[in-house]
Amino acid sequence: MNGHAARRVLTLHLGVIVLLFLAQFALPDYHHTNVARIMVLAAYALGYNILLGYTGLMSLGHAMFFAAGMYGAGLPVYYLGFGAAGALVTGVAAGMLLAALFGLVALRTSGVSFLIVSLMFAQAFYLASLYFNEITLGDQGFSLSGNLAPLELGGASLGFHEPALKYNAALLLFTACFLLSLGLRLSPIGRVLIAIRENEERTRLFGYDSMRYKLLALVLSGGLAAAAGATYALLFSYVGSTFASILFSIYPLLWRLLGGVGTILGPLVGTGLMFYLVDIASGITSAYLLVVGVVLVVLILWFPQGIMGTLRAKWLPWLP
Amino acid sequence: MSFGPHLFLALLEGTVTAFVLALTALGLSLVFGVMRIVNVAHGEFFMLGAVLAWVCASLVGTPVAGFLFALIVAPLIVGALALAADRLVLRRIDYHPEGTIVATIGLLYIIQQAVLTLYGPEARPVTPPVYFTLTFPWFGYSGYKLVVAAISASLLGATWWLLAHTRLGLYMRAAQQDLEMAQAFGVPARRVYAMVFALGAMLAAVAGVLVVPIQQAHYLMGLDPLLLSFIVVIIGGLGSVKGTLVAAFVVGISDGIVSVFFSPTLAKIVATLLVAAVLVVRPGGLFGEERA
Repeated sequence: MNGHAARRVLTLHLGVIVLLFLAQFALPDYHHTNVARIMVLAAYALGYNILLGYTGLMSLGHAMFFAAGMYGAGLPVYYLGFGAAGALVTGVAAGMLLAALFGLVALRTSGVSFLIVSLMFAQAFYLASLYFNEITLGDQGFSLSGNLAPLELGGASLGFHEPALKYNAALLLFTACFLLSLGLRLSPIGRVLIAIRENEERTRLFGYDSMRYKLLALVLSGGLAAAAGATYALLFSYVGSTFASILFSIYPLLWRLLGGVGTILGPLVGTGLMFYLVDIASGITSAYLLVVGVVLVVLILWFPQGIMGTLRAKWLPWLP
Repeated sequence: MSFGPHLFLALLEGTVTAFVLALTALGLSLVFGVMRIVNVAHGEFFMLGAVLAWVCASLVGTPVAGFLFALIVAPLIVGALALAADRLVLRRIDYHPEGTIVATIGLLYIIQQAVLTLYGPEARPVTPPVYFTLTFPWFGYSGYKLVVAAISASLLGATWWLLAHTRLGLYMRAAQQDLEMAQAFGVPARRVYAMVFALGAMLAAVAGVLVVPIQQAHYLMGLDPLLLSFIVVIIGGLGSVKGTLVAAFVVGISDGIVSVFFSPTLAKIVATLLVAAVLVVRPGGLFGEERA
């Protein structure tokens, strides 16, 4: 990549972040909260993308990492009175630990088997969150409001109900995940991961231990998903097993596909668009998930590259 | 009730579960084996079978006639739907493995939400076509469940006969072993694929019809059979018919035992851990061929 192109890429991506920052002063209340949610969910999609986009492993079980982050952060707050920072750490740690354990078993398979195994483990996680409902309160879930101490920042005390805190914390999370993805893409590790996606045998022949790299990608991916889950729990003050259900494993796949396969901005675009599509559809009919089904089929038939992917193919070949 | 009869009950329940599961999972396994695709909407074909059985039962007066009517009509409708899905979606993306998964997830939601809209969110019961109780010294057992096992067994036998002794079966086995070679010998791959996809869906639909009098028809009932079929197919080895049947009995009977003695939720968790154990020992499944 030459200097000019690199600058253009950097400008575009920083511009998106700046635009998101400025948007909070212009958005009406309802959309203000929605965009905050979208940014947290887009961080989840970015985490998902690390596994699929770089190593080519398609997972249908990422909801377990999202939910592990959620429970890992929510339970200590609810039962032990943890603060937000501590809860974020325990949440991410829970997700990474789960991803590592899962990877040790599931990475023995690949392709379609990996997908099915991830789906089943996520389902076992979901069922476990229902089974231990004395602790997790099952699908009824629990609220964190009243348990979470306000954030002390430079003498000021910020409650988690403040919209401005929600928005900027979400933006911070999204930016961190975004830069991490971009950095990984350009780093030597990222190149090895892409090499594994393209040809695992040959990468092994070059002397790279592909299993270790795949495990690393999975742990990173699970870690970002868990960070998103933990942040979601802290900002929106709710923890429940719905977030561990299969639908929440399918969503990041859909967001990424809609936004654009193999692009860094894709997850944000896809998450935002799908969020509003579902939001509008659920106002019209109780069968709003029909939209999810139709969008999936239409995408795979006519736009397998998604929005940003199609843009890149047609007009913007330099888009990463 | 003491331990012995309890265990006997668990084994009975497990055997019935296993037969229905074998039927459902065989459909998934055939589709995977021959077409090398994973049909995530498989559970919805099961659900459609169950819902159509309810529709048939409410159209036809007597339970026996309604049941027999459903046993013929439901698989035909579901098979036709599968043919349409194959023609309109799967063939157009050239059976690309990951594309198929996305497309069948889409199909899952389309079918499920269409049923929610047309049929509603209620769980509706269907009267069993036969009603008698087998009286054991310790408990009475629903005779219909044994009818379910018998019908499942004969359908499994019929499918095996189809695979082993008919031209379609020969084509299917040929396509599974080596598609290009099969095509070179004049196997009409597209027609075989369409037939296999429809056959897989019909097996699931029949299982759905059989299960309604025990379970009630509900638009979300497709998920459990899908996941259990996945477990069976993974343990048995993707694409192996023999493995699918053996694994269906392992999973079905252990599910019966854990369900009766502990809880159905725990049974599902145990089944998943069983998969993990199998994968650690044999990544290809018990009867799986090593395939990249």
